[in-house]
Amino acid sequence: MTTTIDLDRRAWVLQVMGLPVSAHLRGPEAHTDAVAERVERFFAELREVDAVFSTYRPDSEIGRLGGAAPDPATATPAVREVARRCDEARARTGGWFDARRLPLPGGGLGYDPSGLVKGWAVERAARWLTDLPGHDLCLNAGGDVLLRTTPGRPAWRVGVEDPARPDRLLDVLELTHGAVATSGTARRGAHITDPRSGRPAQAVRSVTVVGPELLWADVYATAAVARGADALDWLAALDGYAALLVDAAGRTRTTPAWPGHRPAARAA
Amino acid sequence: MRRITLWLLSTVAAVVLLFSYRTSTMGPGGAGGAVAAGSDGTASAPWGATDDGATGADPSSGGSSSGGSSSGSSSGGTVTGSVAQTRWGPVQVRITVSGGKITDVTAVRVPDGNFRDQQINDYAVPILRQEAIAAQSAQIDTVSGATVTSDGYRESLQAAIDAAHLK
Repeated sequence: MTTTIDLDRRAWVLQVMGLPVSAHLRGPEAHTDAVAERVERFFAELREVDAVFSTYRPDSEIGRLGGAAPDPATATPAVREVARRCDEARARTGGWFDARRLPLPGGGLGYDPSGLVKGWAVERAARWLTDLPGHDLCLNAGGDVLLRTTPGRPAWRVGVEDPARPDRLLDVLELTHGAVATSGTARRGAHITDPRSGRPAQAVRSVTVVGPELLWADVYATAAVARGADALDWLAALDGYAALLVDAAGRTRTTPAWPGHRPAARAA
Repeated sequence: MRRITLWLLSTVAAVVLLFSYRTSTMGPGGAGGAVAAGSDGTASAPWGATDDGATGADPSSGGSSSGGSSSGSSSGGTVTGSVAQTRWGPVQVRITVSGGKITDVTAVRVPDGNFRDQQINDYAVPILRQEAIAAQSAQIDTVSGATVTSDGYRESLQAAIDAAHLK
């Protein structure tokens, strides 16, 4: 439609929720104060979410519960909604994503919705940026990506990091809309807990999930790492989502609908 | 296909320059929350595609390679991969880039000899894919990876991409 090679683009990066979060805006007003204000509101909302949900803050609503599940009768609306989503995530993943029995920062096992809050919060706060007419959006929260593109604009190119060598890519996806989330053991060692054994999951090194919603891409990626051996078959059956999986031996496989350059795993 | 072409190297050099130019950065939220991106010039490592361990066709394990050339600007031109010596003979591919997109991938050299087409394809396809990814990765917009800490971020491709657009 139009040539967009020189389309104005600006990035912001802040440390929020313990993660580097970057927002890239592409469009004619990317360098205006009006857009900068929207970006500021986006980050402010993420900080507010962190103040409510952080398990590392004893004064947050979740921190005060000390590992107990929120009571729907007394919880604030945001916490109630996240708790409901966590229940839904547990059901959708056959129990492989379970916020009820996770290792807490202070030790012991308890309720920790953090694995879902990031995707939920970024998707929710993104509304400050998605209704800017004529602008394209690329958000990255600690490696989880949310994309929106105005019709006629080029797709965003999303590199999928090689967990063994973070300076290299396993694949490149060209996407206009949707989300890409990666979970794994690459950066912080094994930090995804197998809800059945209560121990760190180790059979899968990383899983990248592509699909329409960031919350679910993230939940599915986390559940797949926890699930381990049969994760690829489970991912392949998800409606609307595709995945790339790197197992503990470094083998890379994808589900049939994977939109990147890598072919799907051959039937064994 | 780890031999990065001159074309890619020039892109990497440009990113390193960006890093040394930009010594500190702040988002609009300011104070305390901002991540300083790339003040230490950590983007010096060239990046590209990795070999695919699942294909069993890793060029580096089957032989040696040499050569490789490129022409054109960062948004267009051709990239000719290095010659990979395989157990079937030398293989070389050329990629045409236009407007930042890969528009053509051609095998400029294939082995002669007695082998079935299937074998050629089994070998050539992973190479083509690696070259395509290597060329495209120079122009990626964002990186999906397992949760990064601030320390990891400073050395990441994402930090380099962010740094290039912070102004």
